Amino acid sequence: MQDAPWRPNAPLPNLRARARIVAQIRRFFAERNVLEVETPVLSHCAVSDPFIDSLEVEFGFHPGRVDERLYLQSSPEYAMKRLLAAGSGDIYQLAKVFRNGEAGRRHNPEFTLLEWYRLGFDDRQLMAEVEALLRTVMPGVTVRYLSYAQLFESELGLDPHRASLEQLRAACREWVDAPFADDDRATWLNLLMSHRLEPQLRGAVFVHSYPASMAALARRREDEQGRPVAARFELFVDGVELANGYHELSDAAEQARRLDADQRQRAALGLPQRPLERRLVSALRAGLPDCAGVALGVDRLVMLALGGEGLDQVISFLHPRA
Amino acid sequence: MANYSSNQFKNGMKVMIDGDPCSMVDVEFVKPGKGQAFTRVRLRNLLTGRIWERTFKSNESVESADVMDTEMEYLYNDGEMWHFMDPKTFEQVAADKNAVGEAAKWLKEQDKVVVTLWNNNPISVTPPNFVELEVVETDPGLKGDTAQGGSKPATLSTGAVVRVPLFIERGDLLRIDTRIGEYVSRAN
Repeated sequence: MQDAPWRPNAPLPNLRARARIVAQIRRFFAERNVLEVETPVLSHCAVSDPFIDSLEVEFGFHPGRVDERLYLQSSPEYAMKRLLAAGSGDIYQLAKVFRNGEAGRRHNPEFTLLEWYRLGFDDRQLMAEVEALLRTVMPGVTVRYLSYAQLFESELGLDPHRASLEQLRAACREWVDAPFADDDRATWLNLLMSHRLEPQLRGAVFVHSYPASMAALARRREDEQGRPVAARFELFVDGVELANGYHELSDAAEQARRLDADQRQRAALGLPQRPLERRLVSALRAGLPDCAGVALGVDRLVMLALGGEGLDQVISFLHPRA
Repeated sequence: MANYSSNQFKNGMKVMIDGDPCSMVDVEFVKPGKGQAFTRVRLRNLLTGRIWERTFKSNESVESADVMDTEMEYLYNDGEMWHFMDPKTFEQVAADKNAVGEAAKWLKEQDKVVVTLWNNNPISVTPPNFVELEVVETDPGLKGDTAQGGSKPATLSTGAVVRVPLFIERGDLLRIDTRIGEYVSRAN
């Protein structure tokens, strides 16, 4: 009765391996004097990112009453930056996070994110630390570093910063049957990335210097060729997106503009308007130390370390059995 | 006809794509940490058998296809069309060569098959996984030589030709796995 619905979907030896990896992670940060913190899973504010949907929770001060609408956190980023601005110093967290609508072989609506921030680091220094952590968990993994432009130029002969919407769409449709209309360059860049480029990334590959338009909460700067890029990187291991890191934006006014831009894009897409985390802007105004931060999917890390193909192998009870 | 939104897609769903009925073979949720979600679907065109992948945005919808798998009894072939009957309603349908395709090799009168109907017209026929068919022609069994695994061709009552062991003789009833088109055992 291996398939009885009460049973965990992951084999127990994998869950023991998972516990060992989590212990390795805690030791890694203890050795570097990075403080473990916890921040709320339930918040009064939701993520602004138009493509992440927060789960809503009704809160009442008495059973049966609804006094507040709260949101399950899709990432501990906002709260951790408020800690940094308050003077916490280097911090990390193993956080349970929640994303509505995300279920599949490599997605579960709740998952574990390892997020950490290092004062005085830029994105390059943080990539080196991510590599060190990865080698602790996956000794012998090969590691490469490529800029977003190098990846697109070498594989597709396309400059992702300067190619027109029409060129991107045409390049994409050579590889992917995606007849829909979309005027966002990021849509076609993401499709090329997920359908064409990612599956070919063997071993560990850090892709850095994303297009400035895909900065999220990273600073912007110019690359060697004077193109505006984001101080943002992603780590892929065997074709799986594993981590996303930034040299963190610390300009409060720019942060406020990006929150507003997200909210406008949400409105344009017909997505719900939810309370924005303005306290983050206040925290940045008070002063966020110069730092770099990264979020890494722990479930996927365990899956890759064990050579598995799906999250069902490493999460005890996946969404259908939760 | 109903519409399905891409976040409702699941394996086995029948939808209309570019005017043809298609079945979803595999549905995968694809989403970068930053950026919009896509649904990547392996589709089988139920008219041509072509299998390919198409990617949908999260808010796209497609029309459902009125496709039904119905268990029917194979009646006869009139030289052009194959005739089937629904044993519950006694309704009969006639399928052409395109719809019957490879299944023609395994159809024995009165066998139960699955007929796929699109807007009540047959578009494909799936024979049972195992059928029992009589050998109408094969070389006489050769004694001794079993060193090479020993097999020979045999023609069955439906015209299909399969590899069989040397001891099989004309008139034997054979059990055949239609999914791979191979001899399984003697049935009598």
